[in-house]
Amino acid sequence: MQDADKTPSSSLPEQKTRFWHDPAKRALVFQILLVLVVLGFVGMIVQNTLNNLESRGITTGFDFLSQQAGFGITQTLIEYTESSSYGRTFVVGLLNTILVSALGVIVATILGFLIGVARLSNNWLVAKVASAYVEIFRNIPLLLQIFFWYFAVLQALPSPRKSIEIWDTFYLNVRGFYMPQPLPQEGFDLVWIALLIAVVASYVLIRWNKKRQDATGQRFPAYWVSLGMILGLPLLAFLASGSPLVWEQPVLKGFNFRGGMAILPELAALWVALSIYTAAFIAEIVRSGIEAVSKGQTEAASALGLSNGKVLRLVVIPQAVRVIIPPLTSQYLNLIKNSSLATAIGYPDLVSVFAGTTLNQTGQAIEVIFMTMLVYLTLSLLVSAFMNWFNSKMALVER
Amino acid sequence: MSDLSKVRHEMLPDLPPPENTTGPIGWMRRHLFSSVTNTVLTLFTLYILYILLVPTIDWAFLKADWFGETRDACTSGGACWVFVTTRFSQFLYGFYPEDLTWRIDLAFILLAVQLAWLMIPKLPYKGIVSVLVLFVYPIVAFYLLYGGSFGLDVVETHKWGGLSLTLVLAVIGIVAALPFGVLLALGRRSEMPIVKSFCVVYIELWRGVPLITVLFMASVMLPLFVPAEVTFDKLLRALIGIVMFQSAYMAEVVRGGLQAIPKGQYEAAQALGLNYWKMMGLVVLPQALKLMIPGIVNTFIALFKDTSLVLIIGLFDLLAIVQAGLTDPKWLGYSVEGYAFVAFMFWIFCFGMSKYSQHLERHFHTGHGSR
Repeated sequence: MQDADKTPSSSLPEQKTRFWHDPAKRALVFQILLVLVVLGFVGMIVQNTLNNLESRGITTGFDFLSQQAGFGITQTLIEYTESSSYGRTFVVGLLNTILVSALGVIVATILGFLIGVARLSNNWLVAKVASAYVEIFRNIPLLLQIFFWYFAVLQALPSPRKSIEIWDTFYLNVRGFYMPQPLPQEGFDLVWIALLIAVVASYVLIRWNKKRQDATGQRFPAYWVSLGMILGLPLLAFLASGSPLVWEQPVLKGFNFRGGMAILPELAALWVALSIYTAAFIAEIVRSGIEAVSKGQTEAASALGLSNGKVLRLVVIPQAVRVIIPPLTSQYLNLIKNSSLATAIGYPDLVSVFAGTTLNQTGQAIEVIFMTMLVYLTLSLLVSAFMNWFNSKMALVER
Repeated sequence: MSDLSKVRHEMLPDLPPPENTTGPIGWMRRHLFSSVTNTVLTLFTLYILYILLVPTIDWAFLKADWFGETRDACTSGGACWVFVTTRFSQFLYGFYPEDLTWRIDLAFILLAVQLAWLMIPKLPYKGIVSVLVLFVYPIVAFYLLYGGSFGLDVVETHKWGGLSLTLVLAVIGIVAALPFGVLLALGRRSEMPIVKSFCVVYIELWRGVPLITVLFMASVMLPLFVPAEVTFDKLLRALIGIVMFQSAYMAEVVRGGLQAIPKGQYEAAQALGLNYWKMMGLVVLPQALKLMIPGIVNTFIALFKDTSLVLIIGLFDLLAIVQAGLTDPKWLGYSVEGYAFVAFMFWIFCFGMSKYSQHLERHFHTGHGSR
């Protein structure tokens, strides 16, 4: 816009334009003013904050991270005790956030794709049920859904003594869902090595198959063979090394179960609610992505004699994915950000244990909020970077 | 040659289509039972619906208790809506003094009338009404809700609550965020590098963090940012957080609208000799705002649902007040009824608004424009 204005003044240099009639200079003055205003504003905030902190006797800085936290956390992916530091609290909270986000992303994607495809089904009933799902769940606040699953469903489960038993191995009660925990014994490393070899071999095989198909047109069932390798090789290694795995059963002792693995009700409620809520949005994205592929593509593929499944797999989905990925990315980011609602039901995520308990105990509001926001920003950037990379890989390669 | 006598000279009437391809049976064959897989799917879905819906309807309507004073009124074993009906006015108005709730009613009726005026295409004077909504109504609403002048008693904000607080948060959040959003979007499309980078950083910063951390920030850090003499109301702090957060989302909606305006419009405005603000204010924004309405409504729906988060910083919106009611020892164990009521209220609002926004999108889609 300003380039257009600039031309007369540059083509007629002898004509003296007044200072405020030259857009370039005006822009410069305006920007300098803006910088001054922003700096002044920030300076005022910093000054006020320092005064306030001084009068309240709060010291600034990140020293508090090495102090002893002194509170327990119900779910820790790494070793953590009450004598651990606040820094460790931060890491525990971060890992819990990542755990529930990853679990939520996986389930929401699967559920969302199923429902999105179901909405386009030529079965009237299935399509209607799928759209009812979408309309119901995306129009109810997520926090309410979390409360519903936590307080109305999971808190209504029986006490540990009256647990619901499934095959005498799984126990469901108000304290969580208990299941046997696999304990790898000596020699189990061999299984991991076998898995690694199988994954690498599958990757090489699939690359080789794609090259050969491009060159000669011959096909080889590389995906089935890969699946066989990835499942079979570790199993062989497992049997060969004498089954070095012990299952630890959960046992009722006193008022609660000991041993085994448990999914806390907080995690379960958050996971279910996040997945169901986000799946409604993903379903809409998937539906519009598939509808964006023109009907001519489907017809052309059918005319070539491809079966219905192949039309979907080879023609429709690869084109739909390109439309789907950008909005899908923002849904993943929303899910990660929404996982912070954990704090409302006490799932020990980053906001709950760090921006909640740690902030209350130390009073270091600025540092804590700053670190929390930075984590979410970083996670957002990482996820969008990954999805951008994936998107550019999937994008149309035009001649 | 004699075979020619067998040639018919008039057309036979069309035969009716086969019985099983028309009418309800034909419809069912096509849409429910067209193949083995489809039949199995239909039967399976019917079964799932049966086991889900029948007990739900039974519980919520057939066996439910609706009226009474205490939980003793709930005897039939179904839903106990008595919990909701006895507290209904609290769920709507929070702790607002009962004899003053007409002020809330009046404020929202005024808003509803003005919005309806704007939404019904046939009514005239849209410009005057929009000015009323944006500039006059906020002042009227403030005095109606808060009071303090015109002989109205002050009602402190800590007494506000329920659905009316939810609506106050959402409406103020979206209306106040709009002007900031417009400025940020213009800044993001500006060619001045410093202005542009400020706007990009601001927008991406707020879009990258969850609303809950913004609310925490507003409630914990905001008092530190201002001189110690200045104190902020809890509601005001939440609103500042919501507006800062929402203006970033609004900026992206506005940017979408601006990008949809063809370049020729900008160039024509410049050719007429309009300066930047006149070009934007008289030519581009009026066209862009029309295109932005569906986006704004969608943002409003998202904000409306997100207002439920204020319960974490201790404000009593619709969800929070029901949640608080559930902890009342007299009403323990009726959480499903409480949540169902809140879900229904939110659902009605959000579903209605999303249908309206879809209607608008279709409406605008038929016009010209390069979307």
